[in-house]
Amino acid sequence: MFDVGIVGGGAVGSAIAYELSRFRLKIAVFEKEPDVCFGASGRNSGVLHAGFYYRPGSLKAKLCVEGNKKMREWFKLLKVPFKATGKVLLAFDEDEVKELYKLKEIGDANGVEGLEVIRGRDKVNQICPGAGEAIACLYSPMTGIFSSYLLTIALAETAHQNGVKYFLNCKIVDVRKENGTFKLKDQRGERYECRWLINSAGVYSAEFSKIVGVNGYKIYPCRGEYLLLDKALAPLLKMPIYPVPSKEVGGALGVHITPTVEGPILIGPSAEYIDDPEGYESTPEIMNKLFEEGYKLWPYFKKSDVIRSFSGIRAKPVPPGEKSFFDFVIKEEESIPNFINLVGIESPGLTSAPAIARMVREIIERKEKLLIKEDFEPRYLRGERFEELSEEEKERRAKEDPKWGEIICRCEKITKREIIEAIENPLSAKTLASIKYRARAMMGRCQGGYCMPKIIEILEREFGYKPEDFQLHKEGSWLFSGRMRKDD
Amino acid sequence: MIERDVVIIGAGPAGLACAVKLKEIGVSDVLLVEREKKLGGILNQCIHDGFGLHNFKESLTGPEYIERYVERLKKFNIDVLSDTMVVNLFQDKSMILSGPWGRERIRAKAIVLAMGCRERTAGAIGLAGSRPAGIYTAGVAQRLMNIDNYMVGNEVVILGSGDVGLIMARRLTLEGARVLMVLEKLPYSSGLPRNIVQCLEDYGIPLYLKTTVTKVYGKARVEGVEYVSLDDDGKPIPGSERFVKCDTLLLSVGLIPENELSREAGVEIHPITGGPIVNDTYQTNIDGVFAAGNVLHVHDLADWASMEGELVAEFAKRYLEGELSKAKRWIDVKAGKGIRYVLPHKISGERDVNFLFRVDSPYKNRYIIVRDKDRVIKKRRVINLHPAVMENINVKSEEMKGIESLEVMVE
Repeated sequence: MFDVGIVGGGAVGSAIAYELSRFRLKIAVFEKEPDVCFGASGRNSGVLHAGFYYRPGSLKAKLCVEGNKKMREWFKLLKVPFKATGKVLLAFDEDEVKELYKLKEIGDANGVEGLEVIRGRDKVNQICPGAGEAIACLYSPMTGIFSSYLLTIALAETAHQNGVKYFLNCKIVDVRKENGTFKLKDQRGERYECRWLINSAGVYSAEFSKIVGVNGYKIYPCRGEYLLLDKALAPLLKMPIYPVPSKEVGGALGVHITPTVEGPILIGPSAEYIDDPEGYESTPEIMNKLFEEGYKLWPYFKKSDVIRSFSGIRAKPVPPGEKSFFDFVIKEEESIPNFINLVGIESPGLTSAPAIARMVREIIERKEKLLIKEDFEPRYLRGERFEELSEEEKERRAKEDPKWGEIICRCEKITKREIIEAIENPLSAKTLASIKYRARAMMGRCQGGYCMPKIIEILEREFGYKPEDFQLHKEGSWLFSGRMRKDD
Repeated sequence: MIERDVVIIGAGPAGLACAVKLKEIGVSDVLLVEREKKLGGILNQCIHDGFGLHNFKESLTGPEYIERYVERLKKFNIDVLSDTMVVNLFQDKSMILSGPWGRERIRAKAIVLAMGCRERTAGAIGLAGSRPAGIYTAGVAQRLMNIDNYMVGNEVVILGSGDVGLIMARRLTLEGARVLMVLEKLPYSSGLPRNIVQCLEDYGIPLYLKTTVTKVYGKARVEGVEYVSLDDDGKPIPGSERFVKCDTLLLSVGLIPENELSREAGVEIHPITGGPIVNDTYQTNIDGVFAAGNVLHVHDLADWASMEGELVAEFAKRYLEGELSKAKRWIDVKAGKGIRYVLPHKISGERDVNFLFRVDSPYKNRYIIVRDKDRVIKKRRVINLHPAVMENINVKSEEMKGIESLEVMVE
């Protein structure tokens, strides 16, 4: 019997697991995918938001501002790559300038520090080189960029290191509450029990709420497509460049152009309501549109700079066509005590994750006293980046262990030692994407053309993988149909 | 810091041939660096024949072709550092080497860039649809099958008619997979005519020209693709969409010279070839840094890449001896009408040049003309010109006497 069961191991679910792992609690996280960052947590802009878009007094506003501060501590503890870049919203005409002032007013009311409207083309270009013809900008110094999938992985693995149990490939399909205990069943018929149940199922949160017995929520999947540009362009872009928010889709921030901590530049996301909560597709129309809209904001790239396209799905509580403001739902359901529902955690859910976790903890604390675990280790003990060491240190290590000298991924210069560490991850996530997210291999401009066969060779020779064991990401994403000739 | 006379980066057909030639002509201090354990580069996975027809007058497989050079390499006792990657290259011709043996910075008097090329990916061509398993570039599939002994799929569609894709169409068929079709967006194949015959026609595999994939289906593994016909402007023809069920999509949509190291060192890159800009000594904008093989421009045959390596060996030797005098002036070579690119990009006019070029589309019964404004320097009649085939034309230094410009064109 677990004290707490968390359904969904994304950034929010894992943040809650990490926060609660400070206490003497038996915690389980149930994740339906083979790893923790396959949904929205690995498919977003990777921006630490400041909090000036959201209605003052709302949960979105409060938790975003709180999360922005707390997250900076977490980045240090969890070795998550972060850059305090600041960000600009560009205005190209006087109507848009008015919008900037409105946003500044909202931001000030929300307690966002340092917001400034800057007027005049030269001054805008001084703050953000490459801003081009923009006549004004809203500058937000508290905005930054970070790796959202590394955050999610570090949260999950650190929670795991502090005793949280992760069940991967585990989709909870049935929940009953009997005598104060939640009885859970997964898709394979395995059963679990817990006293508290937390719904952080993201795009499936409304559906899962219904399984538990709380109807009335609805999530409208809203796809955002992205283009990824070669990191050779990175020196040209200092900070995220956003347009004045689009009015077309409620709550969407508009197509922006963002540096990433890994180097490549992101253009996106678009915003299209779709039916499929996992319709991760790229479409020709949107790819063209992103190229054009991105080019308007930042005309420094060409078609051949695009190295990849991908998409993510927002868990929008806002129905298509509706423009009003929808807040996060974070509460213990009255009808089902000890069931904490998190519904409609779209942007700024990632930035807010530490604050959401704090809120969930407080909900539990209203009913029971949580005892601190003395041996809690808040730091992520893995995830060191060889490429970031000094040359002297690199030479020293390469002498010490041949696996530090052997470079497996040419584009990102990832060593064999880092690949092996990623393979031996504590969650036992076994897909190639799990290695990609942890080691950053197969992510560069050649998209695994060089290192993928090498990683496969390591998995085969050192970890005994058979042809049928290789899986790209989702269940069923087999790589090989077998051997060509008999094993030699 | 250790200093070597010549360091060659990459031991594929160009780098190997260059190393052997350097020794043959008396350069003693040569280091050949190769990131794989085995020398030979991509040719190790090319188990089909057709290599060496020009250089050895017989048809060899990739590994056999490499073996010819490796034997000579051993005979000359050439210094080889395999399993070693050059991770950084600097303008002062120093570089950081890394391998299981450790990591070290060394410097060279002359460097030959011979890193080859990589494949264009699904992301780079804006492939639409989902991102399931089962999308491979042709070269990766070739390696996984021929070296690592994995079958990559059962029912295969190939997008792009580059040579590696054509070779893989045959290979997959021989291994029992069903290759359903090869799709090419251009009105002509991007691969060599001989490969169309030997790899597709001989096996009854259809090649659809002016056709491309518009969508990939499948969340976990490829379940099929949608493809369309394209009009003369390359735009999809509405209503021509068709679906084909398959579990694998192979991409053979182009090769890109691999010049990340060159860029890091400050080598200027040509926008069309994707390789360094070189003069008639195959030297880049950095003194003593040369380039040969697919890193310079994508060749149609390995034989030519090797020949380029040998040519560069001669220039590197003369550079070391201080005999590669600076040209009085450089004349930019212009790719004129019908020419996609021409190499070398700059000439002195003082030495004979074998111009290498590719045409921009197929032509029949035309003239290749080399001219200085209105003065025709050289003219040669050609019956067939194809973009997949690298062409050449020799011009002697006497013929270029007094020229002010130079253009190569099709007429």
